[in-house]
Amino acid sequence: MKRAAYAALLVLLFSLPWWIGGVYYVNLASQILIAALFAMSLNLLVGYAGLTSLGHAGYLGLSAYTSSWLMVNLGWGHLASASAALAGTTLMAAMFGLIALRATGISFLMITLALGQILWGVAYRWAGVTGGDNGISGLTRPSPFGLDLGNPNYFYFFSLTVFLLVWGLIAVWVASPFGASIRGTKDQPRRMSALGFNVWLIRWTTFIASGFLGAVAGLMYVYYQQFISPHSLSLANSAEMLLMVIAGGPGTLSGPVVGAALVVLLKNVASDYIDRWVMLLGFVFIFIVMFVPGGIVAGIARLGSSSMLLRKLRGTKPDLQPGAGHAGNAP
Amino acid sequence: MAFWFIQSLNSLALGGVLFTLAAGFSLIFGLMRIANLSHGAYFMFGAYLGLTVLQHGYGFSVAVLAAGLGVGILGGIVERVVLRRLAGNSLSQVLATLGVAFVIADSSLWLWGGDPQTVSSPALLSGAAQIFGLTFPLYRLAVLVFSILIAIGLWLLLDKTKLGVMIRASVDDRQMAQGVGVPASKLFTIVFCLGTALAGMGGVIAAPILSVYPGLDADMLPLALVVVILGGLGSLAGAFIGSFVIAFIYSFGQVLFPDLAYIILFLPMVVILAVRPRGLFGRITA
Repeated sequence: MKRAAYAALLVLLFSLPWWIGGVYYVNLASQILIAALFAMSLNLLVGYAGLTSLGHAGYLGLSAYTSSWLMVNLGWGHLASASAALAGTTLMAAMFGLIALRATGISFLMITLALGQILWGVAYRWAGVTGGDNGISGLTRPSPFGLDLGNPNYFYFFSLTVFLLVWGLIAVWVASPFGASIRGTKDQPRRMSALGFNVWLIRWTTFIASGFLGAVAGLMYVYYQQFISPHSLSLANSAEMLLMVIAGGPGTLSGPVVGAALVVLLKNVASDYIDRWVMLLGFVFIFIVMFVPGGIVAGIARLGSSSMLLRKLRGTKPDLQPGAGHAGNAP
Repeated sequence: MAFWFIQSLNSLALGGVLFTLAAGFSLIFGLMRIANLSHGAYFMFGAYLGLTVLQHGYGFSVAVLAAGLGVGILGGIVERVVLRRLAGNSLSQVLATLGVAFVIADSSLWLWGGDPQTVSSPALLSGAAQIFGLTFPLYRLAVLVFSILIAIGLWLLLDKTKLGVMIRASVDDRQMAQGVGVPASKLFTIVFCLGTALAGMGGVIAAPILSVYPGLDADMLPLALVVVILGGLGSLAGAFIGSFVIAFIYSFGQVLFPDLAYIILFLPMVVILAVRPRGLFGRITA
């Protein structure tokens, strides 16, 4: 039964350009897939390892800027520049991990925020290399196996393929013994440590994996936009990615995808009517945190069984996720 | 020689501004264990409020007080309406403050527009001081003096008053303090009002130096983060020294290595985290 549902979903996804009616919607679907890639990579840290990062847009930026710069200024090919971007960003993630994992909880969040702001500052101020506020344009989409990705439909299929690959990778990873140990370090770091697990190494590995997948998403992002500017690295963008994870459901496979779809659709629909997207983002953030703490996927399931929302509105304490309650919960 | 001297004085003035921002941030963190990510937004909102008061013809000190009062009240409302409902879950509270930051920043953009606005310093302090034969704007010295007064005021408040005793007790051991009858709930509101009011006043004080523009909040928040990571979370002395260290690095970095000033700014943070993760003066390990 479940398999049939998955198969039907796959058929639906792969046939999307034929039934959705219009290039605009095909592009919107690509945007959702790319946003979902960001959210899924961030979810590794936020949801599974319990480390809330506010610097994820930095990986997008580094990967996008590296590939663009190598292609536009040095004339590198797609494969070479993409490989260099992935390698460089992963290396940077490894170094950032060394710094940020000196702490957990809120200090971790503050450090990742600061690190993300460094990358933003470099992109913005180091105008000789990054073009400053103007960013870098002139990057073209690749043509793997002779398929011209300039065509929106082909680009959608390419995004879908990458998305499914990453989904599969994360699904396998999370279900593996190593995935179990990641969740263990989230809930009970001390016990994991006592059991002989190297908590720090598990977290660092996850941090790097999250950075690598973030770099993949960054490449897709810059291929889609064919333009990169400091704005894409801003704190607001990192917060948007975090919102996707938290809104959808941290620590679940489908949650970040639902959250990404919600945020992208909301952003596109809202911008047709009002130009106060940032304010709306803020209100959605507050609303989700206050009333749907486990994310939409879990929230809907609970709403079916009880009148959770009503009790929340009357001011009863929200039930807390274990481990998230105390800032001083250092290992 | 003149260059180093003038730059040093500029750094001192910037340090004073940073302290008004970081002191509140650090105080709130110390008591409530949350990183108030809307602190930069309160700073910017205060600057805009002050600007409006000045445009209506009132004096500079009125503008500073009005901004402090306005932003403090706003902070109190946010604490009561949003943060209170998330009590006990620091991470959710931090994320909520991030949401609040976006709402305030975008409201400011809506209300005051997107153009940078300059604010002139008060007439009394608009002259220049002669120090060792070098001219230096009097206002920047006044900012330094003001921040030192704030520091002394906060120190007196925390060290000599009953309120200060209760705050310190709650910072050290919240449950025990509550057990002996410290009204923690009231303290949270008071400290949050105080911290945000300081940020709002800091915004007005900084306006003649930095000017007011959309994005000021995002520029200031990382500076506050770096200051408290350097000085230690919840430590007033740490915030004071951290502010001036960061101000010196930032001012000189911008002149000597304009392209890379931002990276240089974060180097001390990285070094401190590597050597002493709780900061120079920190007691709290978070």
